[in-house]
Amino acid sequence: MTPEEGQGADDRRMNRMPAALACAHARTRRRVFTLAFAAALLGGLALATGASADLLTPESGGSSNADDIDTLYKIVLAVATVIFIGVEGVLVYSLVKFRAKKHAVAAQIRGNTRLEIGWTLGATVVLVVLAVVTFAMLGGIRTPPNSDKDGFATPVVDNIRGASAFQPRPPNGRSLNIKVNGQRYSWRYTYPAKANVPEQQKVAAYVEMVVPTKTTVTLDIDAQDVAHSWWIPALGGKFDAVPGHTNFTWFKIDKPGVYRGQCAELCGRNHADMVAQVRAVEPAEFKTWLEAKKREIDENNAGALKRREADAKAAATPAKEAP
Amino acid sequence: MAAVDTPVRIPEITAHDVAPEATGWVSWVTTTDHKRIGIMYLVTTFVFFLLGGVEALLMRIQLGAPDNTFLTPSTYNALFTLHGTTMVFLFVVPIMAGFANYFLPLMIGARDMAFPKLNALSYWLLLAGGIVFYGSLFFSPPEAGWTSYAPLSSSAFSPTSGIDAWIFLIHLTGISSLLGAINFYATIANMRAPGMGWGRLPLFVWSILVYAILLILALPVIAGAVTLLLTDRHFGTGFFDQSQGGDPLLWQHLFWFFGHPEVYIMILPGFGIISEVLPVFARKPIFGYKAIAASTVTIAFLAMLVWAHHMFATPSATIVLVFFMISSFLIAIPTGVKIFNWVATLWRGTIEFKTPLIFSVGFISVFLIGGITGVFLAVFPVDWQLTDTYFVVAHLHYVLVGGSVFAIFAGIYYWFPKMTGRMLGESMGKWSFGFMYIGFNVTFLIQHAIGLDGMPRRVYEYPDVGNLAIYNLISTVGSFILAIGIGLTVVNVVRSLKVGVKAGPDPWKANTLEWFTPSPPPVNNFDIIPRVRSVEPMKDVRRQVARQTGVAVELGADPAMSEPRA
Ligand code: HEM
Ligand SMILES: [Cu+2]
Ligand SMILES: [Cu+2]
Repeated sequence: MTPEEGQGADDRRMNRMPAALACAHARTRRRVFTLAFAAALLGGLALATGASADLLTPESGGSSNADDIDTLYKIVLAVATVIFIGVEGVLVYSLVKFRAKKHAVAAQIRGNTRLEIGWTLGATVVLVVLAVVTFAMLGGIRTPPNSDKDGFATPVVDNIRGASAFQPRPPNGRSLNIKVNGQRYSWRYTYPAKANVPEQQKVAAYVEMVVPTKTTVTLDIDAQDVAHSWWIPALGGKFDAVPGHTNFTWFKIDKPGVYRGQCAELCGRNHADMVAQVRAVEPAEFKTWLEAKKREIDENNAGALKRREADAKAAATPAKEAP
Repeated sequence: MAAVDTPVRIPEITAHDVAPEATGWVSWVTTTDHKRIGIMYLVTTFVFFLLGGVEALLMRIQLGAPDNTFLTPSTYNALFTLHGTTMVFLFVVPIMAGFANYFLPLMIGARDMAFPKLNALSYWLLLAGGIVFYGSLFFSPPEAGWTSYAPLSSSAFSPTSGIDAWIFLIHLTGISSLLGAINFYATIANMRAPGMGWGRLPLFVWSILVYAILLILALPVIAGAVTLLLTDRHFGTGFFDQSQGGDPLLWQHLFWFFGHPEVYIMILPGFGIISEVLPVFARKPIFGYKAIAASTVTIAFLAMLVWAHHMFATPSATIVLVFFMISSFLIAIPTGVKIFNWVATLWRGTIEFKTPLIFSVGFISVFLIGGITGVFLAVFPVDWQLTDTYFVVAHLHYVLVGGSVFAIFAGIYYWFPKMTGRMLGESMGKWSFGFMYIGFNVTFLIQHAIGLDGMPRRVYEYPDVGNLAIYNLISTVGSFILAIGIGLTVVNVVRSLKVGVKAGPDPWKANTLEWFTPSPPPVNNFDIIPRVRSVEPMKDVRRQVARQTGVAVELGADPAMSEPRA
């Protein structure tokens, strides 16, 4: 037995109220609703497009994937604003209109199946639209484009994980592939080198990553100790660095500049101080930087080798006993 | 239907004490009465709420200014770990069990829970969990957050025993909740009043039924996970250590397989409270009883299928991201349906603005924001920007404070008369709501912007860049306004115990059976349990009394209508 059937006859008369309600108030209600809807839509769009970068929308402007996320966010925000204003509007309206007054009698309505189906479908449609928009924009966010013609000349990057892997690579397979390693409380960047260059002879840097503009940079992200999260807001979303796994992201910067960010996954006491930054320079300047860095590292390695040999020699020749 | 004219007894509240009520602290320690256990639950969890609130205020002081040095990094990390864990495991989840303990048997017309001794055990295990956890304050509190992600929580990176205290808290409160859940389930399944079919179960009881089922499904998973963590920490098993064939991501999957249902465990009973309060004060039946009950069950089912939306930033195949986006979208639908039904319940009612109603309406208006920001986070490319920032802190507090806490306060104001026989002060209640509502929104609305401005969560300090300084100051000021609001209710409760207006059995003219007994109810609750003929048995009772006596007699006095004056 449904709860409705358990009621007295007086209530059953009231059960028909939704239909009456639909007729009597339909026109005003529809007008109010249309107006509210239009206002909300306009307001939402105005907010979303004109919003200052940090009050209502995420940071963007460094790389096209960050811009696409920003656009997607604004679409969600516009839809959300409409729903928010609509629901809060009806809520406030009912609170004002239907507060207890003398002689007011509450309508004994128990439900309305058509309405129930209506708003379930309505909510579903909104979410389907959001899903479709997300799928439409996903390619641009997930898959990197080719570097520009005047970008830094980059080799074809090997796939680390076979065909089924999900790491993003540009269509032509060429990108500047940098390994990002999170360690408490710093980031280490290892630049690509020719095959069989030993690890300690590769160009590496901490905290600041220097990259060429107009060039697709792909990142292979992992962690040394605990989990961290790579995040430079203006260059796209964050990607966790998890020990034993490789995560991926990319960016392509058009204008030289410095982009800041910090670790976004709790990694210990100094998590708040684990900062990172990306400095984008013209491809030619990057080439000079990379070569200088390489020389520096080679010299250091050579110096270290010489010192080690000297030490070894010193160890081999027995030290003269002090008198 | 029954012929109206046959002589039927006029319903009247009869409940006699079988024995004089035991007093003294021993009687509380040894009690198996569901009402006393309920009160012990409510008081204990509220004390933990206040503790967690103090921890929150300390954090907000630290964040009130950039580069502040009020707290050390390790103290800050300990504070958010204590705060998050306390609020989840020692406040919201068990306070719902407290309400359920007291009111579930009364609402279904039972004289106690199915297993009264087990019920007492649940409470004492909860208290033990809280003591073990806070015991860590005397050596080294945990610092890995309420999620205790491996490898940060491993013995290599968290060598002190704080994490172990956290693990034991999970175990003890977990067993407590599991026993409680089994007890609720058994009570609802077997001890309903004559005539109370599933279609006449009060919506709060529906929500506790689903709460119990979710606990039974989710808790064993976290119990297993923390046991693996314990053996990793002390016996070198390496389940979460990639260098020993384990995997840190395994922890995240297990944790969130429990953790997301936990979110709904924390909010569904709140939904239940709102669904009880709204119709009483709108003087209108709940709109869409079946839709609300069905959406509760649907939410519970979907809640088991969305866990990896907390892991969108981990290395994941696109198909995983897409699946968990869609499943998270799906769960937004029944949640929306509930909100629509509540608003429709108010529509064309005659709304009486008593404190329980005001808290319920406040709940709807802010929970909506939490639900909407949840959709932002479900769109995984957007989540890549928002996750692990203050946007998420804002979202979770809109759901947990704007949602659960406001519902809890609605419940306190609604049921206090039944538990104590006295009304809570109305005007102080309204002031409390005002401070809480404004303070809450000032604290947390701006945190969306803090996150969008690039500030990650769980950071003890931030540089003076962008608008972070002013935004954070606003948030800190708001938290103190919120604290004043909470403090007013504490004062109200303490005061009203002594000077509150006498409530009588049914001060709100409510719908459900707990009001068919004196306030406070005697040990055995009811001598005669009325036959249940609809979802609103008290309405039927009142109607029958009016019909048989020819006058609309009130069952008991009605002092709620006259404002108590301070
Ligand atoms: C009473 C006012 C409250 C204030 C001012 C407050 C403030 C805070 C602050 C400052 C943080 C730390 C953010 C961070 O550093 O990442 C936090 C985290 C948290 N809060 Fe609250 N909170 C309040 C109430 C609550 C309530 C009632 C709940 C639960 C029902 C709750 C649940 C949490 C959780 C789960 C976390 C995350 C902890 C973690 O990151 O491990 N809070 N809150
Ligand atoms: Cu970190
Ligand atoms: Cu979740």
